[in-house]
Amino acid sequence: MVQKATLWKVSTIVLGIGLLSVLMYGCPSQTDMLDSGDAASRVYVAPGEYDEYYTFMSGGYSGQLSVWGLPSGRMFRNIPVFSQDPESGYGYSEETKPLLMTSYGFIPWDDSHHPDFSHTDGMPDGRWMFINANNTPRVARIDLTSFETVETLELPNTGGNHASSFVTENTEYVIGATRFSIPYDMDEDVPIDSYKENFDGSLSFIAVDPETGEMSMDFQILMPPYHYDLGRAGKGISADWVFFTTYNTEQAHTLLEINASEFDKDYVVAVNWKKARDYVREGRAQTVPANYYHNLKDKESTIAVSTVHDEVLLLDPKDAPDMIYFLPTPKSPHGVDIDPTGEYIVAGGKLATVIPVHSFSSMLEAIENEAFEEVINGIPVLEYESTIAGEVKNPGLGPLHTEFDGDGNAYTSVYISSEIVKWSLDTFEVTDRIDSYYSIGHLMITGGDTPNPDRKYMIGLTKTARDRFLPTGPKQLHPAQLYDISGENMELLLDFPTIGEPHYAQAIRADKIRDNIKQIYDLDDNHHPRAVKRTRDARVERDGDVVRVYMTNMRSHFTPDNIEGIRVGDEVHFHLTNIEQDWDMVHGFAIKGSNNAEVLIAPGETKTIVWHPERTGIFPFYCTAFCSALHQEMQGYVRVSAADSDVPLTWKTGEE
Amino acid sequence: MKKAILLIITLLFLAACGNGDETADDAEDPGSGELTDFELEHGIGPIDEPLEVGDINLDRARAGAEYFDSRCASCHRMEQRFVGPPLGNITENRSHEFVINFILNPEEMTQKHPVGQALLQEYLTTMPYQNVTEAQAFEILDFLRHYADTGEDLRD
Repeated sequence: MVQKATLWKVSTIVLGIGLLSVLMYGCPSQTDMLDSGDAASRVYVAPGEYDEYYTFMSGGYSGQLSVWGLPSGRMFRNIPVFSQDPESGYGYSEETKPLLMTSYGFIPWDDSHHPDFSHTDGMPDGRWMFINANNTPRVARIDLTSFETVETLELPNTGGNHASSFVTENTEYVIGATRFSIPYDMDEDVPIDSYKENFDGSLSFIAVDPETGEMSMDFQILMPPYHYDLGRAGKGISADWVFFTTYNTEQAHTLLEINASEFDKDYVVAVNWKKARDYVREGRAQTVPANYYHNLKDKESTIAVSTVHDEVLLLDPKDAPDMIYFLPTPKSPHGVDIDPTGEYIVAGGKLATVIPVHSFSSMLEAIENEAFEEVINGIPVLEYESTIAGEVKNPGLGPLHTEFDGDGNAYTSVYISSEIVKWSLDTFEVTDRIDSYYSIGHLMITGGDTPNPDRKYMIGLTKTARDRFLPTGPKQLHPAQLYDISGENMELLLDFPTIGEPHYAQAIRADKIRDNIKQIYDLDDNHHPRAVKRTRDARVERDGDVVRVYMTNMRSHFTPDNIEGIRVGDEVHFHLTNIEQDWDMVHGFAIKGSNNAEVLIAPGETKTIVWHPERTGIFPFYCTAFCSALHQEMQGYVRVSAADSDVPLTWKTGEE
Repeated sequence: MKKAILLIITLLFLAACGNGDETADDAEDPGSGELTDFELEHGIGPIDEPLEVGDINLDRARAGAEYFDSRCASCHRMEQRFVGPPLGNITENRSHEFVINFILNPEEMTQKHPVGQALLQEYLTTMPYQNVTEAQAFEILDFLRHYADTGEDLRD
């Protein structure tokens, strides 16, 4: 009893002091909480509040592009790009299937690595996002008003488009390159061990229409059969140039793990794209055979249309002097990153013991002085000492990628020692290091690849989670770590699992996108040839074995919802128009036994899904997206009769 | 007694450091929304004073027929109950202001207005806003007025 009384006294005193201090000094301010290292408060975005940044992470082997908020780490959307998405019907609906067409036919999957925004004056302008497909080489464009993939372009004569998609200062070009050299003429049938004679590399320059964003394969450059790994566009003083890393200058074609790691140095490739473009315009490129698809969502009909091209312009460096140079770089470099001024070219030698930093202005001088070691296929190799501005010593094991904060600091991801090192662009000395969890690939700073970074957040994209989250078996999602880089030392704020395998990411201030978001598709602007904008026009038509159901969706019924006269063996097209005009009122459609996905239809949009009924019976269909209190009632029936049946084609909704 | 003192001190402490940055989305007390006489008669929405709509303009009514067809007809018939109530006599049973407010602000009307609440209870489906502008709503109004006056459905 005595003890209890004492406890009360102590508690009363403590609380009294607390109250007193609050009265005397006020409440703890937000700044005080930050200073005290309260990481939770720095990533907390209150319910109903918005994040400061949109972040787009590539999906890697999911073939998609996921969209997240910073600093909360909340996921907003997963945009299907190179992979079919049964959730939305992307790649299953007739409108979107053409986007996955290639010269190899319909491809339901790819590996998406590097997203890059469209740029105006080097800054992301929030109009489009580009992303590469690594396996069957392509580049896609995503419209950032609707977060939809609207275009894909295949890269001809290319093996593994990894050094892509990187976008020049004013979105003149999106670049691509051969990661795995192959014979330039892709159909050529040669022995693999004739690599040195028959294999080639190629660099691709995809022009972008400044108004519509539409891509076209402007020209390619023929390269020695090295592996072209990553790329970057220059900026500021180097804006007319793009840069690539190479590995396998050894030209190995088997056991590359050993055979492509022999040389002390490979190269950074510097290409003056303006000069290359001029040469092409002057007619120095040859027109060579090619075979590639260009798929574009038509603005009017909203149906993607494929166009096949059979030639491409090819520029040989032997015919185009002073356009392209090799900068020797230790050792099998991976990332090549350009600082905000455009002066420093930082290469991450993944097997090197230093981070080499080339100077762009020294490179120009070396070119002027013709400080060449040799010339390979018309491409001068500059002397290492002539371009190198410094080497960062002790960067850890396996430096890969570098981003910048705009205050003279660089941050490099280091894979083997699993850390991020911060170093000075002035002294080239390491000033800070922090662990990553675990085995980091790319890193991304908010605006860290632009001329004007926001020194706020850094994301580390790591390859293994191991013990970081509640375990989910032998396979776990790839994590991302969020760091605060506003202070002298990097601070870990958060780690969270991601989707697929994000290789690289891009961030943009939220208002650059948020204010332009489309909320509905205006029915008056729906020019889909099979749209039904008025319920009274809903109908079913037969043409031989092809039956077209023109159907409207509205909370909470389909029109028509009773259909008879369908026969086994028919090809039934459901053309679904969501006639809602209310933000986020999505309807879905699925029918029993369909060997196809569902399809989601946004307000005001028309989508088509094809069904091949193979048995007689009554087939229910229903709305898959919970749309209202009477969503369960949003359903209908199709009666399927025998192939030779004479049940007449009828349809209705509501009338008995 | 000691407990009471402790409680008071604790409350003072908490009150002194209450959450200062409340956000705008703090839910409104549903009971506090007393409707004005105007709102009770003419509905809640952008029309908050009596209208002088004048005679029916046939051009406007025809334009309204188009919009009615694409934005309303999926759920409304003129003479029969369908997903929503029949609208053949709506302009005689309700004020013009009420009809416009219902078209432009259906969500609030079905949640806060006694007539809207009763309709929702009866029909169970919330009427959606169909991205109709105020000018288009007036056209739909004339289409409905013309039908009520003459029995002629301008969509036919």
